[in-house]
Amino acid sequence: MKLITAIIREVQLDRVHEALIAAEITRITVSRVSGHGQQRIEEMYRGQRIVPDLIPKIKIEIAVNDAFVDITVDAILKSARTNGFGSVGDGKIFITPLEECIRIRTGERGGKAI
Amino acid sequence: MKPILKRSILITIFLFVGIRGAFASGEAMIDSGATAWMLTSTALVLLMIPGLAMFYGGLVRSKNVLGTIMHSFVAMGIISILWVAVGYSMSFGNNILGGVVGWNNDYFFLRGIDTNILEAGVPEYVFSMFQGKFAIITPALIAGAFAERVSFRAYCLFIALWSLLVYNPLCHWVWAADGFLYNLGPKGAIDFAGGTVVHISAGISGLVAVFFLGSRRGYPYQVIRPNNLVITMLGAGLLWVGWFGFNAGSSISSGLSTAQALTATQAAAAAGALSWIIIESFHQGKATALGFASGILAGLVAVTPAAGVVQPYGAMILGMIASVLCYVAIQVKNRLGYDDSLDAFGIHGVGGIVGALFLSFFIRPSWMADAVASSGGKWSIWNQLGVQFLAVGIAIVFAAVMTFLIVTVINRFVKFKASESDEMAGLDRSYHGERGYGMLNPS
Repeated sequence: MKLITAIIREVQLDRVHEALIAAEITRITVSRVSGHGQQRIEEMYRGQRIVPDLIPKIKIEIAVNDAFVDITVDAILKSARTNGFGSVGDGKIFITPLEECIRIRTGERGGKAI
Repeated sequence: MKPILKRSILITIFLFVGIRGAFASGEAMIDSGATAWMLTSTALVLLMIPGLAMFYGGLVRSKNVLGTIMHSFVAMGIISILWVAVGYSMSFGNNILGGVVGWNNDYFFLRGIDTNILEAGVPEYVFSMFQGKFAIITPALIAGAFAERVSFRAYCLFIALWSLLVYNPLCHWVWAADGFLYNLGPKGAIDFAGGTVVHISAGISGLVAVFFLGSRRGYPYQVIRPNNLVITMLGAGLLWVGWFGFNAGSSISSGLSTAQALTATQAAAAAGALSWIIIESFHQGKATALGFASGILAGLVAVTPAAGVVQPYGAMILGMIASVLCYVAIQVKNRLGYDDSLDAFGIHGVGGIVGALFLSFFIRPSWMADAVASSGGKWSIWNQLGVQFLAVGIAIVFAAVMTFLIVTVINRFVKFKASESDEMAGLDRSYHGERGYGMLNPS
């Protein structure tokens, strides 16, 4: 079991979500985060261009069985790149081993609980 | 001595000019009571536009909240300018082109009404500004139908053209002294505060635009949830408050008819709101806050054309019928699957039609007696219903055809629907470069 954590652009959320659903990865957790990366983005306030200190991003967390890791990563890679080519600020994917997974309702453990 | 002499000459000139001004405007005197109420009403109707912005703004996803609020706010800019320039003239000038619109050179940029006082004792500036607020809110209502998916530039063009080509002519027909719907039947087609002019025209136009533009991406399979029902409820509250200016102000006086309209407005809104949550409780098992707000609007929309002619019991029945039929309309919409996103047609179109037709059955006896007298002996509610049907039918057909033409033409020059990537990124980011909320989780 792995935990896949993807940090992506806010604007790509809908595309990534749709790509994951198309790959039949439907159990995801999405949250809004902010952080530093290499990217600079600009926003407009009263006609002034401003570069915010911390850039808002979207974090998607997906717990999967080992067989689904590549499918999930491919779906994210395909859909999270700006215009399909990629540019600075498209984000990162982290994969970490997942020790245990427990479904609260039934108390099931391991791969079948994912 | 010299300055005093100079001053007295000035005062004499002032008095002379002042008196001439009064004579020139038909010797009408300012009625300060009526003027004060009309000024208040003007402010109240303007308050409805931020109210509408909040109502609509809370109902969309967080990525579109500013874009949706801007749909209302930008109307305050565009339509105000157009109204001062030509709108008032087109709406309340004398018939031209066989009565299709009005025109009066004095009203062009309002340059000739500087000292005018209407027979009601109200400066014409006040009446013009009061009417201008109606012109602003009507196109802003349409935005609810195609929320979350139109280009800002195209929207701005759309409301400008729509105001000139749909609102002004309709307003002229229904409310100008020589408008043909104003003079239909012995006492005219009844549209006290804008059932046909404002709500039916906006609702139908929204529906036509929806069929032209298509749905939002992912609708109806993807759940599209409101980002903030709290601001929606506050917006609905502001709309209710503002509606007193909308309806009671439409008496253009401060007296008995004002009080009648105000009472009818309150009764209809309350009846509409309660009916909605009762229906919902039986149908879905829960009384929702958004349901209550929708019921308020359904009741208010239905009583808008009727506020001048119905008594409180009639207003309550109108509010109830409107809630039932608007509720049904939204269920039907969900079945048919067209994406009238914020139910501009479901509430304003349906509610307006309900109000304009059913009011015939609740007209106060004194009004009917007047109608009978001026028709020369015979005028029943069925005759009036016929007149109402005709007015509603004309408004529907006119608004539908013109909206279709306007949208088609605009789409030739500026793509009306937001591009796929703009829609996915959200209107706020794509067209305004800003964000509405700090770290609110995406919905």
